[in-house]
Amino acid sequence: MTYEELLTETALNNEQVIVMTAENRALVRNLPAVLGKRFIDTGITEQTMIGASAGLALRGRIPVVHALAAFLTMRAYEFVRTDLGIANLPVKLSGFIPGLLSDANGPTHQAIEDISIMRGIPNVTVFAPADEDDLVKMLPQIWQSPNPAYTRINTRKTGYEHEPFELGKAEVVAVGSDVTILTYGLLFEQALIAMEILINEGLSVGLVNMRSLKPVDEAIILQVAAGSNLIVTLEDHFLTGGLYTIVAEVLLQYQTTAKVLPISLNQKWFRPALLPDVLQHEGLTGKQIAERILGYQTNHFQPSILTQEFSE
Amino acid sequence: MKNINYNNEELSVMALRVREHIIRMSTAGGCFTGASLSAVDLIVYLYTNFLNVNPSNLNDPNRDYLFLSKGHDVPALYGTLAELGFIEKERLANHLSINDNIYWHPNTKIPAIEFHSGSLGHLPSVAIGVAMDIKISGGSNKVVCIMGDGELNEGTCWEAVLVANAYKLDNLIFVIDRNQFQANMRTEDLIPLEPLAQKFESFGAAVKRIDGHDFYELNNAFSAFPFQEGKLNVVIADTVRGRGLPSIEERADRWFCNFSADEIDQLLLELHGQHDTLLTSETLIVR
Repeated sequence: MTYEELLTETALNNEQVIVMTAENRALVRNLPAVLGKRFIDTGITEQTMIGASAGLALRGRIPVVHALAAFLTMRAYEFVRTDLGIANLPVKLSGFIPGLLSDANGPTHQAIEDISIMRGIPNVTVFAPADEDDLVKMLPQIWQSPNPAYTRINTRKTGYEHEPFELGKAEVVAVGSDVTILTYGLLFEQALIAMEILINEGLSVGLVNMRSLKPVDEAIILQVAAGSNLIVTLEDHFLTGGLYTIVAEVLLQYQTTAKVLPISLNQKWFRPALLPDVLQHEGLTGKQIAERILGYQTNHFQPSILTQEFSE
Repeated sequence: MKNINYNNEELSVMALRVREHIIRMSTAGGCFTGASLSAVDLIVYLYTNFLNVNPSNLNDPNRDYLFLSKGHDVPALYGTLAELGFIEKERLANHLSINDNIYWHPNTKIPAIEFHSGSLGHLPSVAIGVAMDIKISGGSNKVVCIMGDGELNEGTCWEAVLVANAYKLDNLIFVIDRNQFQANMRTEDLIPLEPLAQKFESFGAAVKRIDGHDFYELNNAFSAFPFQEGKLNVVIADTVRGRGLPSIEERADRWFCNFSADEIDQLLLELHGQHDTLLTSETLIVR
């Protein structure tokens, strides 16, 4: 099932669902015809769209709201914080081409602080699926929850079949005692490749798809800290405020510690190009991740990386 | 169904009482007295003679909606809500108390306040969402959003007019409290707004410009709602910042006022026509 199919089915089954967009129609092309007046395109007005979504939610609607992640979370930030956060309204934000998925657009379009700023708003929940299968497994619960929610939309097809989703729970892919990779979003694909290489190099390797970043699965983080010699936080996000910060907060809260290697976009915007080249340049292919953890080069094979389906 | 209609004399009496409430809130911490006094007649008129909203229908989806976007005029709303029985009059004495929710900006813990405000340029879009839902649901409720003229500096006000025009929201009224002042100076000396009616008209709205302190004109304008089928309604209400108190009327340095108890007594006399002893106090605070 695709994102658009799921949204169509959900909206047809629930009259309260309104689909909104700030003229970002790539994922919702067929919805105007299906939903009629329940499809609202406000034009390129992210702030007005968020304000209007609050008004619709005041009337009992559940708006599912689309815009490019960078503009949804940053152009409209104060509207999300003030109109959705303070009032705790169930508006569902779908951030398109988040993180590295904005590939060749350049820094204006790079939402790589979105997790940090969205999770900083009280009441706002934050989710980052690994691929399309993960996305469609997560969204029904996200849309049913009573809170505002920000989801990094990721429609990549990896062929991996994910576990059912539970809000606030991570998905444990593998348990290992030498090193455990905690990740979310599109880098899950590369983490699977890295895991295989590390296992081939003789390590006991764990991998966790964090998927629900707020609320976060604290128990898993503590379990991994206790059971694994090294934690790797892997994310297409600035170092500040994302998964590395979340792990640090949890460890400190429970007065424990761990050896943590953060792999992220370290306080810089990434170099714009098509996605496979971006991953290579930023050292975020599975092979590069594995070699960074190992501390030496290997002759393992890096599978080719699918280019992005969408530009905007 | 409308509320009971008040005649102009009754409206003037109620507006005078609300002005008394505002003056009493202008001490012990103070409030935005001038911005509240300019909006009093508008707010009193809308609650008594235009909006279908009363203390017993606040959860009725068919009620009318009022959004106070400029926010600083909330003492005028507190006073009106107290006069109309939405809140106890005694509660106004809790202004700025840690134990109540009667503070400098609107919040939803006060009955009839539909949404919080304070950050300018937000509620035009929230009102649009409510008006959109009423259209989708086939309702006939009216939605009013009161904005300040200074607030019109915010680009999102104009975004909202574009979107309201696109969606033909003729169930929505933007009311501009055109008191000619923003925080520290005259609007025309900082970011000029005129010709304001033409600006809104060129964006597709149906506009009426009236004296915002004249109940006869207010009634004429709002009785003509909806002004034109398929068009956003805009009322530019020409008002006077500080209306009713010559001591502070149209004074750029009388934005936020925090008077002493003695000065409050003197201002109450001034409100009732005793203009021989205008305040020259240094305790007036400019923020």
